[in-house]
Amino acid sequence: MNAAQPAAPGGLAVHATGLAIGYQGVSLVAGIEIGLPPGEVLALVGSNGSGKTTLLKTLVSLLVPLEGQLEVLSRVVGPHRHRRPARPAATLAYLSQFHLERSALPLRARDVVRMSRFARHGLWGRLRQADHDAVARAMQRMDVDHLADMSLRSLSGGQRQRVYLAQVLAAEADLLLLDEPTAGLDAPGHERYEQAVADETARGAAVVVATHDIAEAARADQVMLLAQRVVAYGAAVAVLMPDNLLETFGMVLRSVDGGLLRTGDDHGHDHAAGTHRPA
Amino acid sequence: MGPLVQPFLDNEFLQRALFGGVAVALACAVVGTFVVLRGLAFIGDALAHGVLPGVALAVLVGMPGLAGAALGAAAMIGGVSLLTRRSQLSADTAIGLLFVGMLALGVVMVSRSNSFTGDLVRILFGELLGISQADLAVQAIATVVVVAVTLLLSRPFLLLCVDPEQADVAGFASTRYHVIMLVVVAATVIVSFQTVGTLLVFGMLLAPAGAGALVARRISSMMLIAAAIGSVSVYLGLLASYHFDLAAGASVVLVAVALFFVTFAAASGRDTHRSAGTPRTVMPT
Repeated sequence: MNAAQPAAPGGLAVHATGLAIGYQGVSLVAGIEIGLPPGEVLALVGSNGSGKTTLLKTLVSLLVPLEGQLEVLSRVVGPHRHRRPARPAATLAYLSQFHLERSALPLRARDVVRMSRFARHGLWGRLRQADHDAVARAMQRMDVDHLADMSLRSLSGGQRQRVYLAQVLAAEADLLLLDEPTAGLDAPGHERYEQAVADETARGAAVVVATHDIAEAARADQVMLLAQRVVAYGAAVAVLMPDNLLETFGMVLRSVDGGLLRTGDDHGHDHAAGTHRPA
Repeated sequence: MGPLVQPFLDNEFLQRALFGGVAVALACAVVGTFVVLRGLAFIGDALAHGVLPGVALAVLVGMPGLAGAALGAAAMIGGVSLLTRRSQLSADTAIGLLFVGMLALGVVMVSRSNSFTGDLVRILFGELLGISQADLAVQAIATVVVVAVTLLLSRPFLLLCVDPEQADVAGFASTRYHVIMLVVVAATVIVSFQTVGTLLVFGMLLAPAGAGALVARRISSMMLIAAAIGSVSVYLGLLASYHFDLAAGASVVLVAVALFFVTFAAASGRDTHRSAGTPRTVMPT
């Protein structure tokens, strides 16, 4: 990917120093440093409860930073500790893990994708041709354009995940924050997603993705390993080392044919998750 | 066609009941859509009963009933948000507590009045057949306002239905629009209590919109279906009430609930048929 973006001072998509994150004033992970330039992918890797989602929610201003400095798209986030987060930037798109599984919502797939254009137009601004084009393009990219008029509740889980990904793409955002985007995707869906991320970074967008998929992390420009603390952060090749992964997951993963494979379980899990409380 | 139309031509009170009832049905169709989609039925129910002590107070001190109802609803919304914010209790516990408390308070207050049962029945079931010109004007204005506010805020309201976090990320503060939505629900309940009563307005909020949710593919069509079902219920209910000498408000709501179940039966039949005919998975609802 495009590592040589001209990163002017303050031109980082995400810039965090000494950042502490958590819920309701209780710190989950402290001492986070991030410098993510436009056009690069940062993969957040860790087991459940390691802080990936908390970090994403902090980046998207749903949670308030507990300590440190955080700039997202050159806007300072926080430090109004007990106040509502500031109005988030319109050029930011977030795919949450929230799923409308049992909802009775009468929405067509197209309506779901279209919602991501509301941020640009506020309460009453009319959606223009450019918006409808962006929606159509995004649905084509995730190969769900033929489902556009289908009711969301008649789609399978994987089809719905593609629709949610199309929603994120339709935002044409400068920063994409994706929480386990490949959950439920089949192999063709996976390919579409990878191509989409490549295209988004090629046009200069930065991507932060929380994933369990080591192979996806290996393709990212930067990787952060999380286990209720930052185990390692840096270039993917430097971070995805067996020792680090052992600390993160409590198991060793070894490179096989260019991929990584789990080879054994270790007693290190408690070590990683429990005893190292952030200062 | 005589017995279907003539009663409304002959009786001015039936005309007013029809217009007032349809106005209630239209407001409830729009607001009820969000009550159904956001799972606000319990708070809607609580609001419908929470206004009782306010109305009772108004009756006792001779204030307009509307003002009393607004007071009751404000106390209800304020109490629920205070309890859920300041304690770890879930919203339904807070709502339930205030609901029961307000209902009991209302009954205690009404029991002080001389015509206990009469007042209580009037508040709970309304006086559809006793609507005045002034009531009708208030109801019509309220319907216009409620529908206009909902349409103007359709983007944040839609995002709230999908996921409050989506609303926040899109720049629409979810807490603010949630409170606005509750106020709109309360306004609908408050104004409608004079027409169909506090108990029955709840049926008009849920039954038509619920039927709409079963068959609609878009939120706008859900609202239109709910408006049609609600209006038809008002007409059929009034007609039945006139010919068979039944309680008007309760007849209207009974028709609405019956139409919901007819829709439900038709929709499940259609879904079974559809999933048998095509290999695509149809999600059970």
